[in-house]
Amino acid sequence: MSPRQFYGTPPPGADPASLGGRLIVIEGADGSGRSTQITLLNDWLERNGHATVQVGLRRSTLVSAELDQAKQGNVLGRITMSLFYATDFADQLDNIILPALRAGFVVLADRYIYTLMARAIVRGCDRAWLESLYGLAVIPDVVFYLKVSPQHLVERNFQKKDYLDYWESGMDIGLSADMFESFIKYQRQIEREFTRMQEQYGFQVIEGNRSVRAIAADLQKRVESVL
Amino acid sequence: MKGSLIAVEGLDGSGKSTQIYLVKRWLELEGYKVFFTEWNSSVVVKSATQKGKKRQLLTPTTFSLIHCTDFADRYERQVLPLLRAGYIVLCDRYCYTAFARDAVRGCDRQWLRNLYSFAAPADVAFFFDLPLEVALGRILSGRPKLKYHEAGMDLGLSPDPAESFRIFQGRIYQEYRRIIEEFHPVVLDATQSIEKQQEQVRQIIAERIDLAQYRWRILR
Repeated sequence: MSPRQFYGTPPPGADPASLGGRLIVIEGADGSGRSTQITLLNDWLERNGHATVQVGLRRSTLVSAELDQAKQGNVLGRITMSLFYATDFADQLDNIILPALRAGFVVLADRYIYTLMARAIVRGCDRAWLESLYGLAVIPDVVFYLKVSPQHLVERNFQKKDYLDYWESGMDIGLSADMFESFIKYQRQIEREFTRMQEQYGFQVIEGNRSVRAIAADLQKRVESVL
Repeated sequence: MKGSLIAVEGLDGSGKSTQIYLVKRWLELEGYKVFFTEWNSSVVVKSATQKGKKRQLLTPTTFSLIHCTDFADRYERQVLPLLRAGYIVLCDRYCYTAFARDAVRGCDRQWLRNLYSFAAPADVAFFFDLPLEVALGRILSGRPKLKYHEAGMDLGLSPDPAESFRIFQGRIYQEYRRIIEEFHPVVLDATQSIEKQQEQVRQIIAERIDLAQYRWRILR
């Protein structure tokens, strides 16, 4: 097997030749059905005898609590915020993703560097800077992008909780004082970024406005081909 | 950008903090707008840095990124607005510190330079050059209890903190030499007396920076 590729320079100690396993990424906005699909995919994989491990944003032992706190206060600049998230990502990369791949696990990532890059770019961070920063990321075997239009996302978000999330509405960038309008504008900008990245990174686009079951079956079929 | 950024770099024990402090006093007392900031001091990021260090959770990459986050927080909220407002900003350690330390920990040099590319280069950067043995002597004789990361213990160079510190500082010194070649800071002989060094530092600052424009505009 050829050694795993990284987008740029692997982090110190990565030892690409030692990495087996599979890395499966699911991207999509809040309310796109991402978490539901990951749970179903995880069940299906384990039923078929695959050892799995899950990673996601703000789940590192190192900075997750501090990131949650920072989100409450909205005091960090865009570069600082990006780097904070990058630290959270790198912590999980070094301590979970790479060791799990080394041990032959299937790693399910509930979002990956793409969301982090899209959010930062929408906030005005430099694309080349972000690409270099996240050059340390291992290239996944497959990236699914659960695509749901901003209008559908609104319905799903209100179904889940009775308000729109401040950050998912991009309220920090001042697109509109009206939260609904800000949400739609922000999600459109993120979607545009994802469409741009789709080609660059080879996402498989999954139409998200279907039943949970239909999407799950679709994903299983696609995952089967990379296992 | 109207402000000016002055950075001091050097090994632990090179006397750079003393020198930058004296620069600060000089500029303040002469009536210039001046602000001082030091490495690793952002309040927001502090708890994460401390936790990571205390529990030894850091890998070379997260060590680098968490320090860069700290740096960025100070940069975005203090340094940059102050430069825009026309201050002289004094930095006790700047990008070179990260370039040296993180490279010793195995991070890619080009990746590090890209990582810090959001930060404006210093208008004047000083490197306080002290022979390695002298710097080691100053630290190891005066401060017997070395912190884990300060001694580079995370690199597994030696189980003995003092020995680890020696090897670690030696490697940092090598990286600094490389950085001097690349960025050409003002290299000062740090074996000279404090007064002598300060005299040179002040002279170079006065030559390179048009200090007159940094006078207070408001009446004080």
